[in-house]
Amino acid sequence: MLSSVADPAPAMLKYVLNRLVGMVVVLFLVLTITFVIVRVAPGDPAALMLGPDATPQDAAQLRAELGLDQPILVQFGKFLLSAVQGDLGQSLFFRRPVLSVLAERAEPTTFLALFSLIFSIAIAVPIGIFVAYRRGGLADQGAVSTAMLAASVPSFWTGLVLQRWLATGLGWFPASGYGGPSSTFLDRMGYLILPSIVLGIVNSALILRFTRASMLDVLGEDYIRTARSKGMSEARVVLKHALKNAAIPIVTVVGLTFALLVSGAVVTERVFNIPGMGSLVVGAVLRRDYPIIQGTLIVVAALYILINLLVDLLYLLIDKRVRY
Amino acid sequence: MTKAPILSVDGLRVTFRARGRTVTALRDVGFSLQAGKTLALVGESGSGKSVTSLALLGLLPPNGAVAGGNAFYRSRNGETVDLAGLSARAFRKIRGREIAMIFQEPMSSLNPLFSIGEQIGEMLDLHEDLDAATRRRRIVEMLELVEIPAAASRLSSYPHELSGGMRQRVMIALALVCAPQLLIADEPTTALDVTVQAQILELMRRLQREMGMSILFITHDMGVVAEMADDVAVMYAGAVVEEAGVGELFAAPAHPYTRGLLASIPRPDRPEGERLKAIPGAVPPLFALPRGCAFAPRCSFALPACQRRVLLMEVAARHRAACIRAQEVLADA
Repeated sequence: MLSSVADPAPAMLKYVLNRLVGMVVVLFLVLTITFVIVRVAPGDPAALMLGPDATPQDAAQLRAELGLDQPILVQFGKFLLSAVQGDLGQSLFFRRPVLSVLAERAEPTTFLALFSLIFSIAIAVPIGIFVAYRRGGLADQGAVSTAMLAASVPSFWTGLVLQRWLATGLGWFPASGYGGPSSTFLDRMGYLILPSIVLGIVNSALILRFTRASMLDVLGEDYIRTARSKGMSEARVVLKHALKNAAIPIVTVVGLTFALLVSGAVVTERVFNIPGMGSLVVGAVLRRDYPIIQGTLIVVAALYILINLLVDLLYLLIDKRVRY
Repeated sequence: MTKAPILSVDGLRVTFRARGRTVTALRDVGFSLQAGKTLALVGESGSGKSVTSLALLGLLPPNGAVAGGNAFYRSRNGETVDLAGLSARAFRKIRGREIAMIFQEPMSSLNPLFSIGEQIGEMLDLHEDLDAATRRRRIVEMLELVEIPAAASRLSSYPHELSGGMRQRVMIALALVCAPQLLIADEPTTALDVTVQAQILELMRRLQREMGMSILFITHDMGVVAEMADDVAVMYAGAVVEEAGVGELFAAPAHPYTRGLLASIPRPDRPEGERLKAIPGAVPPLFALPRGCAFAPRCSFALPACQRRVLLMEVAARHRAACIRAQEVLADA
C-alpha cells in the first residue's frame, strides 16, 4: 500500500561523507602508483637537467641535493608526509613549489575544459533530442554518421585542420598561444575558443549518441503516451516528460567525458601551444620532473572523483527513486 | 434515452507501415456509444481494440495512420467533430478536456519523475486557468473522489510510492480531473489483482453515475463486460463483428464468434467434468486474412458464400452482426 518516506537529508550527508573518505583512499592509491611508475620508468632527472656535458660527479651531487639518492621508501615517506600537509614538493625543473607551478597553469586548462564541455553539451544534447524524435529520418542518419566520424578522427588532426582553416586562413581566431603578459582575461579566453571547439568535438559525438539512445528509450514509454493523451504540445511532451527521464544517462556520460577532456587537453594544448596543465605534464614527463607529474595526477584524480560525486548527487535531484 | 450518440464510428480503417509493406490493422470498425453509457469493446489480443482506442485520440504510433472511415464525436458545445481526420492541433483541444484515456499498465503509465500532484495539476494547467489555491483544492478533491486515503498528503508522493491499485486510481483521477465527456479505458484492470480489479470497476461505475461521462471500455474479459457495459461491440481481426445491448448479446449472440467466446467462459454452474469449449484454430495474422469473413475458417456455420465481404446488418432491434447466417445462429441459441 502507501509507503511512507523517511527524511533523506541525514542519509545523504552520511553518503557524501562516506564518499569523501573513499576519495582519500583513492588519492592515496593514485599517489602510490604514480610515485612508483615515474621512478620505475628509465631516465635520470639529474642527468637530464645538467645536459650531456655534465660529469657523473656533478650528477651525483645534484641527485643528493634533490634527495633522489635516498632509498625509495624514505623518499615515499617524506613525500606522503608533506603531501598530507598540503605540500606537493618542489619542481625539480622550475625549482619552485609544485602547487604554485600548477596554479599558474590551471587557468587555461580549467577554462579549456569548461568551454569545451559547454560547447559539446550545447551542440550534442539538442541535436540528440531532435534526431531521436525524428528517428530514422535524414537528419537522424546524418547526425549518427557525422557523430561516428567525429568520434573517430583524432583531435590533433581536427586541431591542425581547423587551425589552418579558421585561424591562419580566415583569421577568425588566434592560431595559437595564450597571449602575452599584458593580455587581459578576455583576450586570453579568446585564445581558448578554437581549442575548446576542437576538444569538444569528440565529446559531442559521444554525448549525442547517448542523448539519442536515451531519448529513444524514453519516447517509447507508456507515460509518454499518457502525456500526449493529456492534450499538451509535442514540445512539452519531449522537453518536459521525456527529457527529464532521459537525463540520467546523459548526465552520466557528461561526467565520464571529463576524463576524455583531461587526456584531450594534453594533445590540444600541444597543438595550440597553450601553457596549460596538459603541456606542463608532457614537459614534466620528458624532463623526469617527478613532483610535477605526481602533483598533476593527484589534482586531476581529485577533480575526477569530485565530478563523479557531483554526478551521483545530480541523480538524486533528477530521480526521487534514487536512494543512497 | 435514445439521444444522438456521443461517439459514432463507421468504417474506420487503420493501416501500419512495417518494413516497406502496409498492414491493415483495422478493416472495418463501426459502433456507436450513447451519452452517459458504457460501451465495451471486446476481442482477443490483436483484434484491434487498443488500436481503435488510440486512433480515436490520434495517439497511433508514427508508422500508423487512419486510412478511412469516420468517428463522429459530439463535443461539449454541441459541435460534431470527425476524430478520424483531425489535425494534431485540433486533437490537443480534444485530449484531456473532451476525451480522456486510462491505460492498462498503471505501473508505467505515470511519469516516474513527477509527483502525483504535479501530474494531475498539469492536466488542469493545460485546460483550465486556475489560481493556486483552487488548483490545489481541485486536485485534492479529485484524489478524494477516487478514494485515495489522506489525499492532501499524497500530492507530493511519487508513483513508485504507490501500489498498482492506487496508481490506477491516480490515473483515473488524472483522466477525470477536467471532467471529460468521454473516458476511454483500455483494459484498465487487466494488470491488477482480482480484488483490486473489483474495487476499480466499482469506482468507475460510481464516478460515471456522479459525473455522467460516457465510457468506451476496452477489455478481453467477458466477466468485466457483464459487470460494466450497457452495450457491447465484439471485434475480430480488425473489424466489429457484432454490436448489441449487453443483455441481448449474452442471451442470444448472433455471430458464431461471439457465441464461441461466450461458450469458452468457465462457469461454476456447468456440469462437472464438462470440457471448456475452445474456439478451434487461431486468429489469422493481419497480413494473411482470408477473403470475406475473417472468422469463416474457424466457424462451424461457414458456407462457401462466406468468402464474400460481409457487412454489419441489423438482426434484431439494437442488434447488429456481420454474419450471413446470423438469424440461424440467433435461433439456435
